[in-house]
Amino acid sequence: MAQKVIGIADLAVGKAEDTLVTYALGSCVGVSLWDADKKQGGLVHIMLPSSRENSNPSDNFRKFADTGIGELIQSLGLIGSQKSSLVAKIAGGAKMFATNNSLFNIGERNVEQVRRYLQLMRIPLKAHDTGLDYGRTVFFHVDTGILEVKATNKKNLML
Amino acid sequence: MALNNIEQLNSMHLDVLKEIGNIGSGNAAGALSELIMKPTDITVPDVLLLDFNEAINFLGGADTIAIGMMVQLSEDITGKVIFIIQQAFTSTMTEMLFGTPIDDLTQMDEMATSFITEVGNIMTASYVNAIASLTGLTIDISVPEMTVDMVGAILSVPAVEFAMTGANKVLFIDDSFLIEGSEVRSNLIFVPETKSLEMLFEKLGVTV
Repeated sequence: MAQKVIGIADLAVGKAEDTLVTYALGSCVGVSLWDADKKQGGLVHIMLPSSRENSNPSDNFRKFADTGIGELIQSLGLIGSQKSSLVAKIAGGAKMFATNNSLFNIGERNVEQVRRYLQLMRIPLKAHDTGLDYGRTVFFHVDTGILEVKATNKKNLML
Repeated sequence: MALNNIEQLNSMHLDVLKEIGNIGSGNAAGALSELIMKPTDITVPDVLLLDFNEAINFLGGADTIAIGMMVQLSEDITGKVIFIIQQAFTSTMTEMLFGTPIDDLTQMDEMATSFITEVGNIMTASYVNAIASLTGLTIDISVPEMTVDMVGAILSVPAVEFAMTGANKVLFIDDSFLIEGSEVRSNLIFVPETKSLEMLFEKLGVTV
């Protein structure tokens, strides 16, 4: 059983024996995609809602909801998972400081755009734990497709 | 040339920010020393420009619990300052003030919370005043807001702001204070809006 750690604005795919982890999602969103038949899947840690708001062509496109999820779908395609056989689970998108007004709640916008993009790709969203005001660590268990969500002083959620 | 994001800062810019950090830390040490009634020394602060994931490791790893405080800047300089207080800093400070250290940040009582808020307030004001006095600009700061959470989640707040400008790094000041032989560290993340950063350098006579 291998544990793969995914940093901010990064992604990884794995097979049944793997657990994909991304730590401390604040306003960022962790998106897991799972193929139940092949028992494989992937996880991406996105930071921002849309690559269309980006001004830097040499940027890391894994940080945006659309291009990050897009690349994850492609990576799963390379190991034989069709888009039509994937299901999604998501966590994160918190608002860490209540009065952080300059970005009118980036966490909420991230979640909105993740949902929109999944819909566009016709990938069903099976479960979510998003919003509120605290950080979340997620463990994506690729054998079962369970997305385990841990937060400080809270019971673990099994999505 | 216009500054697009912090990745375009050169060593001269960083030196200027380091000097601001230096004066700010001096102010902060004085204020801290008054608050806890103990002499407080500082070492020369470091100004670091680190990738998001490097910054998280530098702060002890993504799931390390820390205190995050945020103040918004307004008037001539707009943006925010996020102050990250680590467990060790809180333990040392609370032990000095109350006689018993707080070893679990998630279990702070009201008194400890208000004390730490005050520390954060003093620290951020010290740096902001350093910028204001060096540049002659007017800067207002909001009432600080506090959260206790995983350091990675706290860092996502400034990281997202830098990411929106196309940068994949964060800019922060790493400080060490010496209080009665114990070294405590604090980290201040300065998130100016790009236009404000340009103005700051202009006022200091540094080419952007």
